[in-house]
Amino acid sequence: MSYTKRPDGRKFDELREMKAKVGVVPRADGSAMFAFGDTIAIAAVYGPKPFHPQHLQNPEKGVLRVNYDMLSFSVTERKKPGPSRRSQEISKVTEWALAPALQIENFQNTVVDVHIIVLQANASTRCAGINAASLALAHAGIPMTELVSAVSVGKIDDKIVVDLIKEEEDYEDGEGATDIPMAFLSNSKKLTLLQLDGKTSAEKLKEALEAGKKACEKISELQKKTLKEVKGE
Amino acid sequence: MEISNLTKKRIKDYLEAGKRFDGRKLLEHREIEIETGVSKNAEGSARVKLGNTEVVAGVKLDVGEPYTDSEDKGTLITTTELLPLSSEEFDYGPPRINAIEISRIVDRGIRESGMIDFEKLCIKKGEKVWNVFVDIYSINDDGNLLDASCFAAVAALLDAKMPKYDEKEERVAYGEWTSKKIPLTENIPLTLTFHKIGKSIILDPSREEEASSEARVSMALSSKKDIMINAMQKGNEAALSEEEILKIIDFAEKEYKNVEKEVFSKIEKNLKGKKD
Repeated sequence: MSYTKRPDGRKFDELREMKAKVGVVPRADGSAMFAFGDTIAIAAVYGPKPFHPQHLQNPEKGVLRVNYDMLSFSVTERKKPGPSRRSQEISKVTEWALAPALQIENFQNTVVDVHIIVLQANASTRCAGINAASLALAHAGIPMTELVSAVSVGKIDDKIVVDLIKEEEDYEDGEGATDIPMAFLSNSKKLTLLQLDGKTSAEKLKEALEAGKKACEKISELQKKTLKEVKGE
Repeated sequence: MEISNLTKKRIKDYLEAGKRFDGRKLLEHREIEIETGVSKNAEGSARVKLGNTEVVAGVKLDVGEPYTDSEDKGTLITTTELLPLSSEEFDYGPPRINAIEISRIVDRGIRESGMIDFEKLCIKKGEKVWNVFVDIYSINDDGNLLDASCFAAVAALLDAKMPKYDEKEERVAYGEWTSKKIPLTENIPLTLTFHKIGKSIILDPSREEEASSEARVSMALSSKKDIMINAMQKGNEAALSEEEILKIIDFAEKEYKNVEKEVFSKIEKNLKGKKD
């Protein structure tokens, strides 16, 4: 039997209900919450500030540093506190996803710190984290050419679906589940995150990219709306 | 947080005139906000705000071997992570002393008050018991993370359901819960943290007040019938006179009654509201 219906009743190209809010960590220079349904990420930005220890400083440009982690109780089986190989890899790809939108060349010798935590997880946590971080960077007033929006696209059996939930990630029938998280810049539509876990033909991957681009347009609309509301305050 | 001597002096002068920067009285705490059930995959969870200070706590349960000296009792492990997200003063890495101290005091409060009925957390004597993990994370530091952490830990415990245990497989069925609450008693601890600045004693310090503190006393109190003191810690460098410590004990007893009423009515309202 092929995959015809999603467990939560969504259409294949339908995102979960999204929520976004900025200013959730008053002490930080910028902060935001972003949620895809039950997946909730919070990001806070500190900087640009002098980079210590000094040998890490880049005299030619500012440096972006990202740290992503999940709270121990955000998943059903308690995650041991502290960094893991997984969280370190996600931190790095998030850094690469965000960096192209930033204009921090003129902040030599400084660092912009982005801290992301996942409060509650039901798949797509790195994408929710990138969306929150992009909002937090804008909220902090870091010069940016555009926003970054991320979504996980999946190939479940032979169907392309956007914004996976855990149950879909674990789908085993037919061709099984392939998870393809990706991020796009909001104006230039350039790709800044692309990972894949599973198996897919080149043709299906192209289809997934198209679906991801469309979904990210909806996400960036919400991000823009959220930022505009702040300005009015 | 480093603040200038000028600011410290101004804080001290204000306090001597009975005033605080944010307009509170010396023993007045900031507005307390409590929300339970903030993280669905946890057995129980809560977010607590004291003014702009924000903390989340979650409870997870697991099955393991008991300690050899208490073969028929479950265990409690309390951890605190002071996230760099919540303040530029916190770093990644193993917990530093301020995080360890929060875990230790909250843990002693919960343990010594008898809030958790550990005997009911025994599955098979000497072999299998429930381990209770209370994990606390700071979201925004604006002073007094300790009291916020304790309120959040207690609220998360009150919110917590027992997970399903698969007897045949002898393992926890993660992500499935029973309708039973985790076994608690009516002795529920709350911490109150006082600071001595100059000649004044204040409750629930802001970040600036914490930075000007000369001495600190945190107390965990609980009351089923009478108010009991379950944990205490004197911190910071200055010594306290006998008169000062007696004053703080009296303040704690008096203020506990107010805070207790407010905190528990807020938790209860939340738990009732969440029930479908």
